[in-house]
Amino acid sequence: MTRSDTGEHTTAISPQIRLANEIAVQFPHLPPEEAAEAIAKHIRQFWDPRMKAELLRRMDAESTALDPKALAAARLLRDQAPTSAGR
Amino acid sequence: MGLLKEPDLGTPAKPGLATVTVEVDGMPVQVPEGTSIMRAAALSGTEIPKLCATDSLDAFGSCRLCLVEIDGRKGTPASCTTPVAEGMKVRTQTPRLEKLRQGVMELYISDHPLDCLTCSANGDCELQDMSGVVGLRQVRYGYEGDNHLDLEKDTSNPYFDFDPSKCIVCSRCVRACGEVQGTFALTISGRGFESKVSPSANDLFMDSECVSCGACVQACPTATLQEKSVVDLGMPNRTVLTTCAYCGVGCSFKAELRGDELVRMVPYKDGGANEGHSCVKGRFAFGYATHPDRQLKPMVRERITDPWREVDWETAINHVAERMKDIQARHGVGAIGGITSSRCTNEEVYVVQKMVRAAFGNNNVDTCARVCHSPTGYGLKQTFGTSAGTQDFKSVAQSDVIMVIGANPTDGHPVFASRMKRRLREGARLIVVDPRRIDLVRSPHIKADHHLQLAPGTNVAVVNAMAHVVVTEGLVDMSFVDSRCEDFDAWAEFIARPENSPEAVAEITGVPAADLRAAARLYATGGNAAIYYGLGVTEHSQGSTMVMGMANLAMATGNIGREGVGVNPLRGQNNVQGSCDMGSFPHELPGYRHVSDDAVREVFETLWERPIVPEPGLRIPNMFDAAVDGSFRGLFVQGEDIAQSDPNTQHVTAALEAMELVVVQDLFLNETAKFAHVFLPGTSFLEKDGTFTNAERRINRVRPVMAPKTGMHEWQIVCEIARAMGYPMSYPHPREIMAEIAATTPTFAGVSFDKLDKLGSVQWPCNDSAPEGTPTMHVDAFVRGKGRFVQTPFVPTRERSTRKYPLILTTGRILSQYNVGAQTRRTANVAWHKEDVLEIHPHDAEVRGIGDGDEVTLASRVGTTSLRAVLSDRMPVGVVYTTFHHPVTGANVVTTENSDWATNCPEYKVTAVQVGLRHSGSAAEQESEEEPALVD
Repeated sequence: MTRSDTGEHTTAISPQIRLANEIAVQFPHLPPEEAAEAIAKHIRQFWDPRMKAELLRRMDAESTALDPKALAAARLLRDQAPTSAGR
Repeated sequence: MGLLKEPDLGTPAKPGLATVTVEVDGMPVQVPEGTSIMRAAALSGTEIPKLCATDSLDAFGSCRLCLVEIDGRKGTPASCTTPVAEGMKVRTQTPRLEKLRQGVMELYISDHPLDCLTCSANGDCELQDMSGVVGLRQVRYGYEGDNHLDLEKDTSNPYFDFDPSKCIVCSRCVRACGEVQGTFALTISGRGFESKVSPSANDLFMDSECVSCGACVQACPTATLQEKSVVDLGMPNRTVLTTCAYCGVGCSFKAELRGDELVRMVPYKDGGANEGHSCVKGRFAFGYATHPDRQLKPMVRERITDPWREVDWETAINHVAERMKDIQARHGVGAIGGITSSRCTNEEVYVVQKMVRAAFGNNNVDTCARVCHSPTGYGLKQTFGTSAGTQDFKSVAQSDVIMVIGANPTDGHPVFASRMKRRLREGARLIVVDPRRIDLVRSPHIKADHHLQLAPGTNVAVVNAMAHVVVTEGLVDMSFVDSRCEDFDAWAEFIARPENSPEAVAEITGVPAADLRAAARLYATGGNAAIYYGLGVTEHSQGSTMVMGMANLAMATGNIGREGVGVNPLRGQNNVQGSCDMGSFPHELPGYRHVSDDAVREVFETLWERPIVPEPGLRIPNMFDAAVDGSFRGLFVQGEDIAQSDPNTQHVTAALEAMELVVVQDLFLNETAKFAHVFLPGTSFLEKDGTFTNAERRINRVRPVMAPKTGMHEWQIVCEIARAMGYPMSYPHPREIMAEIAATTPTFAGVSFDKLDKLGSVQWPCNDSAPEGTPTMHVDAFVRGKGRFVQTPFVPTRERSTRKYPLILTTGRILSQYNVGAQTRRTANVAWHKEDVLEIHPHDAEVRGIGDGDEVTLASRVGTTSLRAVLSDRMPVGVVYTTFHHPVTGANVVTTENSDWATNCPEYKVTAVQVGLRHSGSAAEQESEEEPALVD
């Protein structure tokens, strides 16, 4: 998320990065490893394969835009379950 | 079905098992203690003459027609107000009683116009009936004396007339307005001869507090309060029992017809959800079904800028199938999908998700519940194990504490609100959690014990703080928790942390800590405590978290698993529950079972003879994103106006414009149809044949009143599209679709059209364990076994006020209009709500130079619209409010892409905005064309 000088955020980032970040911030009560697993589990359960693929495609190039917990979750997804395009 | 005149036992049933035996005209009858003589007589087959009595109202004893003689007692007591006693011997017909009744009737008739033959109530008038019953043969008093025959008729209400010249001042309308509806808009003004029914302080009905629920019309024994449609068309001569197509209460109605013409909708006394009550929408606002705006023929066009071309069904269906197949051939199986509608029947929804999964070959199916109650699905499944409210509506009558969170039942779910208000008048305590001072906070005979007027977006902080009080003050029901729940200790440690205390969050939420503590103590210790909630809970960035937070609170206090308690979503549309049950979500097959479950997929794959993709498909917002990025190009939209109802209109329309094929199946050419390439005309609820499932999981029959005006049922069209795409799908009748649902979905295993016809309705789960359904869930165990406590940290929304957008906009709806208004704008309901307005606090208005009624601009970071301002202190300073019933306003032009983290349900309830006076030629750009009131 970026913010303009007036304080409002903009939405220049991809939907997948934004959505992953929105999930990630919901787990402040968990240790990082558990949070990453919970985020990855949620994405596995609810995301269309193309969204997961897009997240994995962008995760390295846009790692600074990803919440660290979301990035850790994305790495888990990449390591644990190869996704199909689903198209 | 001979339901035109339902039996009326005169006075309400008395609960209880203890019975007494009495003798009525020599016939013994056994009835519950406290039953009136009138009702006991009726149960024994003897109807005692009556005028002021009806079994939907408490006995009143004013008409003096129901007099009886009782052995051993003096006089002739009124049978409606006299309870039975053991061994009592009652005589209902004696010469003395006959003479007394004739005398009473003679007086009534002496002040009543004798125009029976031309009266609109001829044949449906209790005064007329009773004249015959008592054997009235003469009226000796004439019209020479003073009378009320020249009193002026009040025709101000668009749906019914009030003719005081025909009034017998029985007070049934006044009592119905109070006892049944709970509005208390009517009274008897004056004394003696001057007594008359008066809306408010002798106002016209239209100018009074009357909410046009129709209870008074229903109760009136004469033509004094009469539907205009009956006056115009005549008395109906047949009836079809069906279910309302508006909100999630799902009221049962008798559609009363004269030939093939619908004359009126009358609430059904035996309807499980409404028990004879109604609201202005269900009772009167059905004219849209035959509105000339309805498009009845299929239409196609190549580009959305082309004019529509009417075609026959075969051409339209083949066109859809060919274009969908072509898109898949060029862009992949996942490039198309469908959206189901909560306004359609379970059977219609089921076939759409089946078409998507079996014919399209993907899971790209979602439903409009995505934008309302999808967090309910997620939150209640995580904690309780299934996505449904825990109670039936009747349960509220056993509640001692009622907590209403983010809901406005008197506007959104008025028939349930009447039940709730009745219980509140009986003494139940009320907690309202809402940024806006809704009517329930203070209305006749109702006053909330606590109104926690929180800042929008801080629900989770409030519910956590309530739970903090429960845990730290030792108010946990440890017996319930120990035996029924899991993960309590970790949750209790989390919730007891200082950052969750009322004092710590008071600055964020705006709720004084002492108020919050008092409310929490009341909820935990006040007896049966029930939570009812609406979209003010779900349509937030933490909507799912809040649902889990409420579930935690209910479990911690043991308020689950019996009558009077529970966690209950008030569903917005009539079949939100059903459309979700039917497998409309892209990750779930019917019955809320994940697509990754091999055993569940096998059930459907075996029956459907097609493989089912084991991974979730796209949700509605994901479809829009995918359309913009080019991977999603074909969409079938069943009965939902996504261009008006979904947030961030610019993004939605950009997505629709990017698609190669948008197919809209609807009654009207709605906003989404402006972006469609194929329009498939849909059927109204009066033409549908199937079932709706309401917010209490009650499956009700929807029976056709007339044949489809379009020539095809919606489920038939969907089946034909699937067939044309190469997947054979056909059913002889919707009952076979329900049979397939029952065969594949354990919670529906015992449901059939035959059973529904026999029992009236059932609440799922309905199966071998519960053959007649399940009114209360989680009685002995939760659906998931143990109830699970889930930690719910408060994470503020990223949508917050800024220097540029310093106010917070929240949205809702009002009584007379319904959702995007496609139906209600095409009825006389526009008399109450011609336009959406912006409620703004006088302070916020003053600093902006805005006066009441001024046209203002409403701008957020994503768009700008304009509407009229109404100054109101219902909202706190810094918060503004509007509705979204009119496309000309386009409230969703300003709402953003923010959504619930778990389900992507849009965050409609929090948008940072600025409001300013609109000057002529200002920049308020509205995408929608001017749309006038659409009343025919």
